[in-house]
Amino acid sequence: MLCEQCGERPATVHFTEIVQGQKSEFHLCESCAREKGQAAYEAMVGAFSVNQLLSGLLHLDPTATQRAGAPASRCENCGLTFQQFAQIGRFGCPNCYQAFSHELGNLLKRVQSSDQHTGKIPRRRGGVIGARRELSRLRQEMHMRVVEERFEEAAQLRDRIRSLEQQLESQA
Amino acid sequence: MSLSDFLSNATSKWLRDDGPDSDIVISSRVRIARNLTDRSFPMLASERDKQSLLDEVAAAVQQPDVQKLGRFELLKMGDLTDVEKQVLVEKHLISPALLEAQGGAVILREDEEISVMVNEEDHLRLQCLLPGYQLDGAYQMVNRLDDALEETLDFSFDETKGYLTACPTNVGTGMRASVMMHLPALVLTGQIGRILSAVTHVGLAVRGIYGEGTDALGNLFQISNQITLGQSEAEIIGNLHGVARQIVDHERGARQYLLRDGKEQIEDRVCRSFGILAYARQIDSKEAMQRLSDVRLGIDLGIIKGVSANILKELMVATQPGFLQKYFGHEMSPDVRDVKRASLMRERLRMEDGE
Repeated sequence: MLCEQCGERPATVHFTEIVQGQKSEFHLCESCAREKGQAAYEAMVGAFSVNQLLSGLLHLDPTATQRAGAPASRCENCGLTFQQFAQIGRFGCPNCYQAFSHELGNLLKRVQSSDQHTGKIPRRRGGVIGARRELSRLRQEMHMRVVEERFEEAAQLRDRIRSLEQQLESQA
Repeated sequence: MSLSDFLSNATSKWLRDDGPDSDIVISSRVRIARNLTDRSFPMLASERDKQSLLDEVAAAVQQPDVQKLGRFELLKMGDLTDVEKQVLVEKHLISPALLEAQGGAVILREDEEISVMVNEEDHLRLQCLLPGYQLDGAYQMVNRLDDALEETLDFSFDETKGYLTACPTNVGTGMRASVMMHLPALVLTGQIGRILSAVTHVGLAVRGIYGEGTDALGNLFQISNQITLGQSEAEIIGNLHGVARQIVDHERGARQYLLRDGKEQIEDRVCRSFGILAYARQIDSKEAMQRLSDVRLGIDLGIIKGVSANILKELMVATQPGFLQKYFGHEMSPDVRDVKRASLMRERLRMEDGE
């Protein structure tokens, strides 16, 4: 098959474009595809990139836009401004999360399913965090046992909570 | 060098070996993003920052905890030729984005099951890629590497937000787990669209490995988690398991249906494709992928005998431009590539005859 565009070189790039439900197929040679691809890529970046979607989400939230207008929103550590983040959709450094926590609002919750990490904790540096998480889990369990009137089990849990609390205090 | 030597030297372990359920699941991959505290992410980092990060990471890899996991080699993107970099992308060991990044590097374990990208979008992207359906194994391996590296590196971690990443779509676990599946019977029976749209409703994403959406080249699909915050690693992998298992069952069912209700048709399709691969003198990558998918289905259904099932994943990678160029030793235009691709296919099928 020859390239549909130039009709000279063999078509080696095949792709399907769907624009508003209209499906069209293209069979192009590499050099024509590159030209076409550039346009297609730009069109796509305009609409579909994650970062664009993120900044779209931010701009949908009127309070976030107002906050973004405030002059103070800059990360001290890396110098990134919140406006820059809203444009590129990427943070500049780990401290940006803290620096922009007000401006971000509920962005994380919208992008993800929740804004609370429940997964892995670093083994070496996260010891205290792990203990705190365990503590809150034990407290919840203890309350449940009390509600169920299983006081003996609740008492055992209380003892474990105490010893964990003491451990935490001695570390602090 | 003979083709068989070339392939065994040039391909990763995941491309050569089989794994559980490898009639349908081609590979399992888990990658996690990690960043060091107080350093700018690579997007904002200077050349010097990136070099000093690389030095720090290289030192961490020398630690006994990491060395216990195998022998690692560090490759700087700046030291590699274009073809070498292209081949790493085609083997799924690095992302195309790493090629663009200044100061990028990759740390590879000897068997290439483990790779660590340095200075891509995040400071580190740890990846484990295994053949067949081995999601748990892949996670365990990446998790051990994570623990070993954390012995000497300070990863930025927040109690409520988890591991902090350059893009908010990765924050939390920083984990992306995926399985690559070969689903020709679901495509042939027209069920694929329904199944894929169902998958996207449960927090997972599907994409064609080559090509887009349901027009995936070679009927290869990748299913991965979308959400990284609010679910633990075990929950994310559990969800993926649940869905992947069902898809495997559907695909097996559809294959039985094809054998029962359209045996002549499927035999004809598979054998035609075999004939084309065995005799064609030029073939583009789109057709090659489709024919390889047919032949692989024929092998799985017992229609084609005496050809190793590995042929699909091996040749889907080995007929990519970078590999072809590496094998034949020179750069080529697309039409020459089509001729060389056909020649490599024929040679590979003849290798099987001799065995």
